[in-house]
Amino acid sequence: MASTLWIGTRKGAFRLRPDAHRRNWRLSGPQFLGHIIHHIVQDPREPRVLLMAAKTGHLGPTVYRSSDRGHTWREAAQPPAFRKAADGEPARAVQKVFWLTPGHSSERGTWYAGSSPAGLFRSEDGGERWEPIAGFNDHPMLSRWVGSGTPDGELLHSINIDPRDRNHLYLAISAGGVFESSDGGADWTPLNEGCAADFLPDPNAPYGHDPHCVALHPRAPDRLYQQNHCGIYRLDRPARRWERIGAAMPKSIGDVGFPIVLHPVDPDTAWVLPMDGQTVWPRTSIGGKPAVYRTGDGGRRWRRLDSGLPRSQAWLTVLRQAMCTDDRLARVGVYFGTTGGEVWASPNDGERWRCIARHLPEIYSVTHAV
Amino acid sequence: MSCTVHIPSPLRSYTDGAHRVPAEGATLGEVLSSLEARFAGIRFRVVDEQSRIRPHIRFYVNTREASELSAPVGSGDTVHVICALSGG
Repeated sequence: MASTLWIGTRKGAFRLRPDAHRRNWRLSGPQFLGHIIHHIVQDPREPRVLLMAAKTGHLGPTVYRSSDRGHTWREAAQPPAFRKAADGEPARAVQKVFWLTPGHSSERGTWYAGSSPAGLFRSEDGGERWEPIAGFNDHPMLSRWVGSGTPDGELLHSINIDPRDRNHLYLAISAGGVFESSDGGADWTPLNEGCAADFLPDPNAPYGHDPHCVALHPRAPDRLYQQNHCGIYRLDRPARRWERIGAAMPKSIGDVGFPIVLHPVDPDTAWVLPMDGQTVWPRTSIGGKPAVYRTGDGGRRWRRLDSGLPRSQAWLTVLRQAMCTDDRLARVGVYFGTTGGEVWASPNDGERWRCIARHLPEIYSVTHAV
Repeated sequence: MSCTVHIPSPLRSYTDGAHRVPAEGATLGEVLSSLEARFAGIRFRVVDEQSRIRPHIRFYVNTREASELSAPVGSGDTVHVICALSGG
């Protein structure tokens, strides 16, 4: 099946298409030149449909929709927005739509969006009209869950839907923690036990954590992986306590990073891209030597994969949406984009890397579409 | 009341490229509603869901800054929309 990588950048959207061997990639675009593109996501239920989360430096946030695989786009009639505040209430406004997730396979046309400040929104008409989810946005605990004061405001991301139950949802807030709903979003519970939050005074705080990326395995939906500000974790439900699988990473590398991506069918295989979280948190590849790490056994062991990546003086930063896998069942393609505008690809599980695009704007997301 | 609105380049995708468009309304808010009726989506890019002018948007009625949607607009006035960017 034909593949496309959609690249969301600080200055527009691009796409990369490979030849049959995934050796040579052709760059096209930009589309929406000058727009800030946080996420571009294909609808697996209707693959011609894509949604794009966008804004500009001056204009408010919005969502664009394509029904022809990204050739043409049309703006949502009603973009994600908080409800009008009552007198005395904080008057929240969406600053950016940060994350998009297609709804459950049984709910054609349903999408979820996460925003900054932390807000959760749902569309039931393919992304045309969005409504705030009151169960989360008006939750009496929300103001306590968030509010860490991060410079760009808190980010709601990693909206995961249990493929067995459309009402069973997970989301993450950076910073705020991981939260779970079993009733379609009407109520939410923190799910952070076992996760470190080294920046909080209470080592057992129930919320306030900083999950950078959370992924539920589509074939084994009781298994979740998390790349947190403070380590790499795995959770096998119905347990509620995350296990720090990043403890098995080399001590000289640590287990800080932004993205974590999963194998399309094997729930024991995942990839991370460690970054420097020492002192003032440079968030660059450690020692200027970028490397991806892969586990094939659920995080008990990790293997360094840096063949083809720069050997020194490469201070890459890879953001949480900027790494993905493709849908190959064997020799999975793994991809990441850097804030320096490079896209790197491996056609073989991360064993060998090659730069397939450079000189792009700051990359915010890399997503795979068919 | 009829006025003219100067559309800055970031918003011309809504007006089919038009730099100046006619609008109706006695206040800035009414003028923006009039624009929204013709160019769906334009208002939310410059005014948030709490009816606040977005932080990097400024409106002028003729040469006076209009910092509230209740600012009056007279017949024959010109409304300017200014979009501020900084950095690269």
